Amino acid sequence: MQSVSPPQHDPAPSRWSYRIHRWWLTPFYRRLLRVGVPALTMVGAVVWYVSDEARVTQITDAVSEAREAIEERPEFMVRVMSVEGASNELAEAVRNELALRLPMSSFEMDLDAMRQTVKKFNAVADANLRVRPGGVLAVEITERQPAVLWRHADGLSLLDAEGNMVAGASLRADWPDLPLVAGEGAEREIPEALALIAAAAPLKDRFRGLVRMGERRWDAVLDRGQRLLLPEKQPVAALERLIALDKGRDMLQRDITIVDFRNPRRPTVRLNTNAVHELRNIRDTESGGQPE
Amino acid sequence: MTELYQTQRTMRRMRKQAMDRGVIAILDVGTSKIGCLVLRFDGSDKFLGSDSVGSLAGQSSFRVIGAATTRSRGVTFGEIDAMQETERAIRTAVQAAQKMANVRVDHVIACFAGARPRSYGLDGRIDLADSIVTENDVARVLAVCDVPDYGREREMLHAQPVNFAIDHRSGLNDPRGQMGNSLAVDMHLLTVDTSAVQNLLYCIKRCDLELAGLASSAYVSGISALVEDEQELGAACVDLGGGATGISVFIKKHMIFADSVRIGGDHITQDISKGLKVPLNVAERIKTFYGGVMATGMDDREMIEIGGDTGDWELDRRTVSRAELIGIMRPRVEEILEEVRLRLDAAGFDHLPAQQIVLTGGGSQIPGLDGLATRILGQQVRLGRPLRVQGLPQAATGPAFSSAVGLCLFAAHPQDEWWDFDVPADRYPARSLKRAVKWFRDNW
Repeated sequence: MQSVSPPQHDPAPSRWSYRIHRWWLTPFYRRLLRVGVPALTMVGAVVWYVSDEARVTQITDAVSEAREAIEERPEFMVRVMSVEGASNELAEAVRNELALRLPMSSFEMDLDAMRQTVKKFNAVADANLRVRPGGVLAVEITERQPAVLWRHADGLSLLDAEGNMVAGASLRADWPDLPLVAGEGAEREIPEALALIAAAAPLKDRFRGLVRMGERRWDAVLDRGQRLLLPEKQPVAALERLIALDKGRDMLQRDITIVDFRNPRRPTVRLNTNAVHELRNIRDTESGGQPE
Repeated sequence: MTELYQTQRTMRRMRKQAMDRGVIAILDVGTSKIGCLVLRFDGSDKFLGSDSVGSLAGQSSFRVIGAATTRSRGVTFGEIDAMQETERAIRTAVQAAQKMANVRVDHVIACFAGARPRSYGLDGRIDLADSIVTENDVARVLAVCDVPDYGREREMLHAQPVNFAIDHRSGLNDPRGQMGNSLAVDMHLLTVDTSAVQNLLYCIKRCDLELAGLASSAYVSGISALVEDEQELGAACVDLGGGATGISVFIKKHMIFADSVRIGGDHITQDISKGLKVPLNVAERIKTFYGGVMATGMDDREMIEIGGDTGDWELDRRTVSRAELIGIMRPRVEEILEEVRLRLDAAGFDHLPAQQIVLTGGGSQIPGLDGLATRILGQQVRLGRPLRVQGLPQAATGPAFSSAVGLCLFAAHPQDEWWDFDVPADRYPARSLKRAVKWFRDNW
């Protein structure tokens, strides 16, 4: 009896399995199958899902709800606003201007825009806004410091050292410490005016103010109607010379109306009428004439 | 002639392409096995100039990254006779090698043993126009070689210039740039049956592969099994294959003769099968385990169980002595070697300065073969194994793989062949108009 052996297995790959194996070894197809097909499937699924309007709105609603829920958590709410570094009137004005309806979520605040709003105030030099832990909106304001009082056609104003407007003023007497400047164009030359005022410190008791003349030079006005006419260029040096003269000769104590320093090489003095008469009498006496 | 010229040039171009891409497959279509190696050219020689041979003749520029062998089917005498079967076997080997290499191979260089190779010696001579030999002169002298009438059913497989002579100086390897009045060339032409080549081409095409080269396995196993000195001084390589035994004779590093004997290891197996009345696969197993050609006294006592699958106890429990097995194998091996001797004598192998004979191929593993071969072929016989190449698996380093390894070397550093030179312009009418235009432009 012959043993029946099973038909021998053919080890050769079929034509198609051979081809598929070769495709699989091709880098392009391999990448296509391993990356391209899954990616395409995912994109297709997303597109199919998005194609229905209702599902999209559902998703956007859910997202906005979640967002609101997070924004309105008490950790993110601002309840108090504190204004620091400002006078009471300014603080009140800032509050009114910002007009925040507290409590409010810190996500809704546009701190940059609020800072710009605050900086628009004349009296505000700089402002910092931040939300402090504990739900406090801190507005830190650096106020402008008034340096001079400016008298102009519409009244009195306070200017800082750079000549920026700080506030209006009603009475000179409210600001006795501040020097006074006046004249057309005076507000544009405040740093020079301040230098002059500092130089005039020895005359402080008699000093009344500075007047800008013809938008080009300064007059220093003292009491008793005395005026010191300063040159356009280097007025501070001229003033210092004048003060030195005053110290040596007590010039300003005398009966003089105007000291003209517009030409520093040739200072000129204008006397009062009485002084002129007196001077003439003295000269006549000296020269032997009859006194009047 | 022009058609073949074009085919060979196309194959050469394919080989260039494959080298650029870096991956090429080697296919050894044999009678007993089909081997496929996948080579990666990683270009360590890429930056050497095109003129230089490169370190180790290009052996260092590639690496074997995939190797597979499968039992051959549908091949007899080294020729394909059942195309479907052979195609399947090629597919098996190529797929396994690709899988091991993990890379897709598109170009393949193939070799086969059979197809009745026949060698011709050609010569040509021209007078040189200038006194200096240029590449164009080489092409011209190759073109004037008078091609013998080798028959209509034959095709050129190799056409290698083996020797150049300028005036009276012969034995030049590369005549370019030398001075003289006339240039002569000796060329070795190897033709094979067209039908065998076409069958192989068809099978490879059916496997979606492009053929990038074709070689005779006798030639390529000579490249790998002969050492450099043997190739230089003169040697014959005898590739004892399954269905055919290839003979190639080398001198001065050129093949000058190739032939094949259509007897091989399969015939030994058949003899055993007939003599011992066992199936072919059992006969093959007995041959590989116990085979030999030199009997000693010990062999009378060594009994081999030959077994059987018939169910008849008496028949299945037979034993033979090893001496009997040797008695069956030896006449056939002697016949093969006698035939080889005849072919070598016919080729004038006696006149070579050195007459080294190297036995390689799967059949050379028969124990005692070198002793037998010495009696028939002469004293200078040795057994050859293929050269070692990078990355070759241990299993593929035996003498059975010498043609596959030789094909690797052939791929890395092919010999200049006839079709590597441009057709000289005066033999190429299609260019005549272009030449006229060129002449006009040069002279006006």
